[in-house]
Amino acid sequence: MSKRVAITGNEAVAQAMRQINPDVVAAYPITPQTEIVQIFSTFVADGNVDTEFVTVESEHSAMSATIGASAAGARAMTATSSQGLALMWEMLYIAAGLRLPIVAPVVNRALSAPINIHCDHSDTMGARDSGWVQIYSENAQEAYDNLIQAVRIAEHADVQIPAMVCMDGFIVSHGMENAELLDDHVVRSFVGQRTPRHSLLDVDNPATFGALDFADWYFEHRRQLADAQTYVKGVVLDVAKEFAKISGRNYGLFESYRLDDAELAVVVLNSAAGTAKAVVDDLRQQGMKAGLLKIRLFRPFPHDEIVAALAGKKAIAVLDRADGLSTMGGPVFVDVRSAMYDAPGPKMVNYIYGLGGRDVDTEQIAGVYWDLARIAETGKVTSPVTYLGVRE
Amino acid sequence: MSANGKQKGWKDVPIGGLILEAGSSDKYETGDWRTYRPVWDQEKCRHCMICWIYCPDSSILVREGKVVGIDYKHCKGCGICAHECPAKCIDMRLETELEAGEAEGAGAGARCCAKSGGEAGGK
Amino acid sequence: MAQMLEIRWHGRGGQGAKTAAILLGEAASSVGKYIQAFPEYGPERMGAPVLAFNRISDEPVRVHCHVSNPRIVVVLDPTLIGKNDVTSGVPEDGIYLVNTNLTPAEMRAKLKVKGGKVYTVDATQISIDTIGRAIPNTPMMGALLRATGLMSLEEFVADTRHKLEMKFRSKPEVIGGNIKAIERAYQEVQSE
Repeated sequence: MSKRVAITGNEAVAQAMRQINPDVVAAYPITPQTEIVQIFSTFVADGNVDTEFVTVESEHSAMSATIGASAAGARAMTATSSQGLALMWEMLYIAAGLRLPIVAPVVNRALSAPINIHCDHSDTMGARDSGWVQIYSENAQEAYDNLIQAVRIAEHADVQIPAMVCMDGFIVSHGMENAELLDDHVVRSFVGQRTPRHSLLDVDNPATFGALDFADWYFEHRRQLADAQTYVKGVVLDVAKEFAKISGRNYGLFESYRLDDAELAVVVLNSAAGTAKAVVDDLRQQGMKAGLLKIRLFRPFPHDEIVAALAGKKAIAVLDRADGLSTMGGPVFVDVRSAMYDAPGPKMVNYIYGLGGRDVDTEQIAGVYWDLARIAETGKVTSPVTYLGVRE
Repeated sequence: MSANGKQKGWKDVPIGGLILEAGSSDKYETGDWRTYRPVWDQEKCRHCMICWIYCPDSSILVREGKVVGIDYKHCKGCGICAHECPAKCIDMRLETELEAGEAEGAGAGARCCAKSGGEAGGK
Repeated sequence: MAQMLEIRWHGRGGQGAKTAAILLGEAASSVGKYIQAFPEYGPERMGAPVLAFNRISDEPVRVHCHVSNPRIVVVLDPTLIGKNDVTSGVPEDGIYLVNTNLTPAEMRAKLKVKGGKVYTVDATQISIDTIGRAIPNTPMMGALLRATGLMSLEEFVADTRHKLEMKFRSKPEVIGGNIKAIERAYQEVQSE
């Protein structure tokens, strides 16, 4: 039987990794991810897992070793944050390009400079075009559930793409809250064994990984990668359906919260979505038709479904915990607005919030809804991009 | 990827740029990259195998511990074998001159000589 | 939201404000409450003022922001009063629990608050007597239970004993000392 415990996000993710029991984990410590692999290494030392734990000298090496292990046929994982993810950069593209179903929790943290260890989404947003699947988690429960599901999603025969499971640094990674953990055997039978189609250690069926791929073939292989992304949505939903059977918890491509009859909608991902739900309830009591769309699968981007969910709204605010620095808003805004281009047009605005761990509270999010109410009433957008909670 | 042969579309090739055929580089014939051709003098050769060790393209053909020839389908004519040979039994000759001579000869001479006993290669 | 209890802990780095929040959260979770326990992460230097927070509710807790209107404020170090705004955002009927040898009436004057309730307990002395060191966080939890009725002393002691046994297997005196500290503070906390 699953049981509800008090647990931090990092502990929950480490427990999920223990239950997944990967063949290889190669990782390097970085705040606020450190605890995940620190706790996991105790499982290795205590013999609770069969994992070969590879200590490396950098995140670049961590991802490299994970790639090697995955190409050899292993179920391989790593974990990182911020500068660590940045240092993995070239290897992220290689993992995706070689179609290796690596799974990595990423604890969202700001990128330097100025140096900062706290939460925002600059790290994973920068990796959004690397070809990895990106799944975002509101709380410890979702981080745990998403990590377990990510194994099945990444390794699915139609997908074969690495996946990162994101959660907010400190807010979720270090904050203690409640989560229900599944029994070990339930998780183990859910994730099963990896059965790679090709692997370096399959000596009877030799395969070359990472061969030179010039203008005569590279384009075809990138086209395949783009094609595989189109299968991800369906697989995410299928895996979610199966996961609901073992957990009783339902997941989709995104979560709609009181959105169906809403006129004013906020789009957000990760922990601020929880705060926004409380605001929606509050505003609903005051008579405002407020709703929320929390993106779970950000890469690939479920554009058709998001457009269907947001069509007909009067005004929409997209909240970004990363700045695109393009002068036209954050990355989530750019995607949502682009997807909505052909839909009958609600007014859309963007709020950049919470950079470097700046707290975002219920009052600020309520303020966003009141802005939307004004926009819906007047039909006028005075500020397409607003920096929410910055000192003027 | 082979530059030769039929070009398949993206739906028809293994994902991720994988090559699922062992030793497929054997099919990629690089012999026509050559400007100079190593010409091996069987009489002077001591079979010390230094050329075999140095050849970057595994193009020194060996059978039962003896050099038996050069794989001209793959030899790119780099000349390392000639440079390293202590017996000076490999001579680098211009392909154009050799080809001209071969054309004069009685119908002799595909540009790339048939490799003598590929299965015996020292690969 | 109305039934959610929010607590703010004021302490100095090293006094165990975060640990207290975590232990309280775990204990409340063990009796079926939904909880959050988290610190405000700052420079984390010994002696620097630190904050920690709890949310305790019968419903799942969704908000992920700092607690800015705590119903309960716990002050682990009385020297923070005046330097650190411990009364900020606290509602009229807020509860203050302060580690001090002053009486509640004396502390109320220092806090400069009119409404609500002020409780005091000399947790530093209790910890020196029972644990042998000035670590006021565990006795303050005993006092907090008495002041708020959050959960029964028995339930809390049972959960905390279990936690301490996991952590201090080789030092049984630490476990006994902490439990004694919690029980003594529960008895000795003063109300107005």
